[in-house]
Amino acid sequence: MLEVFIFATLNGLVTGFLLFMLASGLTLIFSMMGVLNFAHASFYMLGAYVAYSISLYFGFWTGLIFAPLIVGLLGALIERYGLRRVHQSGHVAELVFTFGLAFLIEEAVQFFWGRDTKNYQTPDLLDFPLFTLFGQEFSAYRGFMMTISIGIFIALYYVLTKSRVGIIIQAAITHPQTVANLGHNVPLIFMGVFGVGTALAGLAGVIAGPVLTTFPGMATVLGSIVFVIVVIGGLGSLAGAFIASLMIGLLQSYAIASDVGMPDLLNLLGISFARDHPLNDLWTINLPQIAPVLPFLLLVLVLIFRPTGLLGKREE
Amino acid sequence: MRNFQALIVISQPIRKLLTTLSLVSTLSLGSLSTAQEPVRIAFMDPLSGTFASIGNTGLKILQFSADYYYNSRGGILGGRMIEIVPLDNKQSPNETQLQFRRAVSDDIQIIFQGNSSAVANTLNQTISRHNRRNPGQEVLQINYSAVDPILTEENCSFWHFRFDAHANMKLNILTDYIAADPDIKSMYIIGQDYSFGQVVSDTSIELLKQKRPDIEIVGNEFHPIGQVKDFTPYVTKIVSSGADAVITGNFGADMVSLARSIIDSGLDIPIYTFYAAYDGITATLGEGGKNRIRLIHNGVANPLPSEERKQFNHDFKAENPNFDVTQPRILNALQMVVTAMEQTQSTDPYDIAVALEDMRFTTIGNEEIWMRGDDHQIFQSLSISVHTDEDIEFDADNSGWGLRTEYQVPKEDTIVESSCKMRPPRR
Repeated sequence: MLEVFIFATLNGLVTGFLLFMLASGLTLIFSMMGVLNFAHASFYMLGAYVAYSISLYFGFWTGLIFAPLIVGLLGALIERYGLRRVHQSGHVAELVFTFGLAFLIEEAVQFFWGRDTKNYQTPDLLDFPLFTLFGQEFSAYRGFMMTISIGIFIALYYVLTKSRVGIIIQAAITHPQTVANLGHNVPLIFMGVFGVGTALAGLAGVIAGPVLTTFPGMATVLGSIVFVIVVIGGLGSLAGAFIASLMIGLLQSYAIASDVGMPDLLNLLGISFARDHPLNDLWTINLPQIAPVLPFLLLVLVLIFRPTGLLGKREE
Repeated sequence: MRNFQALIVISQPIRKLLTTLSLVSTLSLGSLSTAQEPVRIAFMDPLSGTFASIGNTGLKILQFSADYYYNSRGGILGGRMIEIVPLDNKQSPNETQLQFRRAVSDDIQIIFQGNSSAVANTLNQTISRHNRRNPGQEVLQINYSAVDPILTEENCSFWHFRFDAHANMKLNILTDYIAADPDIKSMYIIGQDYSFGQVVSDTSIELLKQKRPDIEIVGNEFHPIGQVKDFTPYVTKIVSSGADAVITGNFGADMVSLARSIIDSGLDIPIYTFYAAYDGITATLGEGGKNRIRLIHNGVANPLPSEERKQFNHDFKAENPNFDVTQPRILNALQMVVTAMEQTQSTDPYDIAVALEDMRFTTIGNEEIWMRGDDHQIFQSLSISVHTDEDIEFDADNSGWGLRTEYQVPKEDTIVESSCKMRPPRR
């Protein structure tokens, strides 16, 4: 049991940190634009595919550095020549724009790379077990994923709270006019934030691609969960996104690892139902089976009891 | 939700235009015979979304088969071309009904469909209802891959023909193979939470209990289809259960991710699957899956059984370098449907269905296959093949890796009883 618990925790942390890389960019962009970027997970997918292509010619490590840069650049260009124009037409237009962009990127990926699963592999350098516990290996690559994500979190935290750039960004989000009057180029700041946000999503794709498989549905699989995190954490709150990411990563991991379900609960209460009971599906349901639904359940609960999210501020 | 209706709507007329143009050019080059209406066959499978790769490969095989054997040789029924109409159902039962309406309004009477038994069941019911209400405009369901037994058991229909062995037939052979391995003492079953995944689980447990009561089932897990990001938590459970082998009915991305997670965890046990090959899966598994991943499937993998079969593979690859002949049964199905049309000189679904019943047909692999009339289930040899890079003449995903058949059972030994009580429509 202990081994399952330890590995469930490790797996949950790996997933949680990965989710944070996506959620951090999304929540930053939200606080800036005031709308959710529906195409955010698409940049994640784009990161994985670009890195895959680069890795075919120059190896994994070149892909790790250049793919996020390319994706970030693309993101910045999209902000500059797409979103900024749409911005004048209001939030709904922006929302629809990012929604359309998500479809466009998904179709473009299928057009250029095809629809089959890509053979994107972990680098040979990290192809060894980091440690073996109770006969199960924890691969070095997973350790590497965790290191990168924690590194990004610390760097992001430091830049946003301690550096001058971070202070200007924070000010630009809440008081764009004042910042502009002080002589800063606010549109440029927004473009930069959008670029960095998408680059982070791209980086998440680069490091997740080899383990979570690179295929055209990868954005869809992760997309909805990232929105859930951002809403649970509180829209616009970086710390909230961090807590929610880890919470959801661990929650899902523990739920899958557990072996309890309705039958146990009913046994405990001393109730039993026949197999042909009309609600048989309900009486036999177990926790691992509904694990992927739990984040959405949590979302509903949070929205009911704390509509602003864990660390969100109430909007005026 | 994530679809590109517009793109498909646009590309459809363009494709039609191209077909018409090519038809016009062939006709003007050849004799000036009257332009004949093509025989239109719909291919309804996911062409976008998570499972798009499987659907697109199937479409390529059907299209190529039609061109290779018929359209390039003057067509069928005295000069009519076969036109394949792709309909994207996104592997969703809802979308399937919409696309079915579209097929009907386009006067298409034959629908090829294979991916997802849930979709096949919906289509089966939709077609039965439609055919009952619209005599004279019936539609025929050619199921080339959906293997939920129910389609040829309780829910069997005169208008449905299955060209793949169903899950129970496959599991019967697979459990024979597993039972013969004395090293396997415990088994973990994991699958997608829908009809087919549950059939695999229930039947494996039942059959193993009969054949090898000493094998302990140490896990029986379901996960949502196409939703799991990371299979590592599941693999943790497999490892701690101490299982000697794994059975899974997973397909697509769910199959790759599961196998990759098992390989990454360093767990060295055999994995018995239905769909762990092609469409990028073989290439992605590569070295890690060698001699560990086995598939139960119909026909034979390497070595291919006949020269004609090899030639077909070869010519298909020449035209579609990035695709493989993953499902030769699509060709078998098309050939049998065309044979039925030629025999009856008709494209009426009723005539085709009657001719297909109890048809014995020799495939290009030199094997006689039999469509049982009682339940419209095909019988053909079944094989168990292993993922390897040795003695692979035709690889998958251009990766050098592929399937080599280890164990083969002739069609006579795959025959199972059916509870189907079919009521043929009155004519």
